[in-house]
Amino acid sequence: MSDDAPIELAYDKPLPVPDAHSQPFFDGTVRGELMLQHCAACGQWMWPVRVRCIDCLSDDVRWEASAGLGTVYTFTIIHQVFHPGFASAVPYNVAQVDLDEGVRFLTHVVAVANDALRIGDRVRVEFERISDAVALPTCRLLA
Amino acid sequence: MAVRDHVAIAGLGITEMGKIYGRTATSFAAEAIVLALADAGLAKNDIDGLIVHANGSPEMNPMLQHALGLYDLTLVSSMTAFGSTPATMIELAGAAIEQGRAEVIVLVYADAPLQPARSSGASYTVQRPMEGMQGLPNALGMYGANAGYALATRRHMHLYGTTSEQLGAIAVAQRKWATLNDKAQMRTPLTLDDHQASRFIAEPLHLYDCCLVSNGAVAVIVTSPERARSLRQPPVYVHGVGQCAPGDSGRADRHPHVQTGATTSGRQALRTAGITLADLDVLELYDCYTYTVLVSLEDYGFCAKGEGGAFGSDGKLEPGGSLPCNTGGGQLSSFYMWGFTPLSEGVIQARGQGGERQVAKHDLVLVSGNGGVLNFHSTMILSPHAP
Repeated sequence: MSDDAPIELAYDKPLPVPDAHSQPFFDGTVRGELMLQHCAACGQWMWPVRVRCIDCLSDDVRWEASAGLGTVYTFTIIHQVFHPGFASAVPYNVAQVDLDEGVRFLTHVVAVANDALRIGDRVRVEFERISDAVALPTCRLLA
Repeated sequence: MAVRDHVAIAGLGITEMGKIYGRTATSFAAEAIVLALADAGLAKNDIDGLIVHANGSPEMNPMLQHALGLYDLTLVSSMTAFGSTPATMIELAGAAIEQGRAEVIVLVYADAPLQPARSSGASYTVQRPMEGMQGLPNALGMYGANAGYALATRRHMHLYGTTSEQLGAIAVAQRKWATLNDKAQMRTPLTLDDHQASRFIAEPLHLYDCCLVSNGAVAVIVTSPERARSLRQPPVYVHGVGQCAPGDSGRADRHPHVQTGATTSGRQALRTAGITLADLDVLELYDCYTYTVLVSLEDYGFCAKGEGGAFGSDGKLEPGGSLPCNTGGGQLSSFYMWGFTPLSEGVIQARGQGGERQVAKHDLVLVSGNGGVLNFHSTMILSPHAP
């Protein structure tokens, strides 16, 4: 490596790899949009990627942007280090958030103390860029 | 109904359990089958059916028949609906027996994830594939079942005021049973203070809210009631079976975390057995976590929704209590063989062979199974009496 190569800090947590089915979702995360599958036939929204509408089984399912607003359904504070990449992160929260579109998804609520997070908190989706191809959908409490 | 009239459990084999290193799942499975044959008074060549519980060990598949030297089987398959599988294994066996296609069928579960110098948690934490959106949970630091059950438990606490102490009482009760079970991995008495002082794995779940991890195997031999009555052990009859998989929690209008499949599964099993909840003498409830026991008590209808915490923490589940539950210590304190832990203890209790921990009245035993994060549920009603 030459002396003038850019310094890269290794990302030591597991890195999702977009595939053909999920590419629209991950492309959205990099743009800052939460893309979800939406059924054109019945209006059902979905998480994660599905092969057809999980309500009416229509195959007319399109990627559309969520408004990115939701409510904390439940959460846990992880203490155990299950992967060395999280050794300095524990204890940290993992939450399920109910988006206003009717989808419940897994996320992390940023910028809140572990003992301050509450079920029912209103949140807005934002994104943590972890590679050129992937950002993680996280949430921040609404003021 | 096929199961009710055509199946009896005639043999049970339980290997040593826990930190037994250097052996494969296949080796444990073979030992459990040898033990079950001896228990029943059957020979290897009597076996004409093998149903393998597929699970975390890739060895547990239909190729197991080759490793065991079984030939000309007329029923062979692997099945999985996670921890709810045994009930459907028995249903399939019953259908084959009813049709005269097979008569002595081995059901087996085996696993060997524990290795020396590796924690139980690490042994049982599977790195998921990172392709596509399935990689997101691990990317967010969500690993294994612990976090999923912690999410469910927190939701229940929020809705109903359930406390960690109430969960701890379930762990304490089951440890009391385990001290009476020489197959149990954890036989040191546990106090509520011990539970509360144990480290958090995934809040609100403490270490002692979580099940063990075990190397070992359980084999169960089922046959026709007529054949069973000619064998060495008192037959155990399967009076009823039920199953309900409530699905995933990815929709905001569905709540499997707090409203499980036990309600429908239990209703089916009781209906096919022709009994009510009040007729049950012993409960063997799937207990991957203390919370699973609590929510199962509610959803079977032993108490109202939301009252499982108070209901399960007053001593009634303990030895000498009015509703003996997980009488071998369960997966929290004896061993973790998925649905084969409650099934095996249900067989022991129904036979009346529980020794120090035997419940005096054991005419009807409820055995539950659960899997995923409360995404699967099954129920069996066992009895020493022919239906």
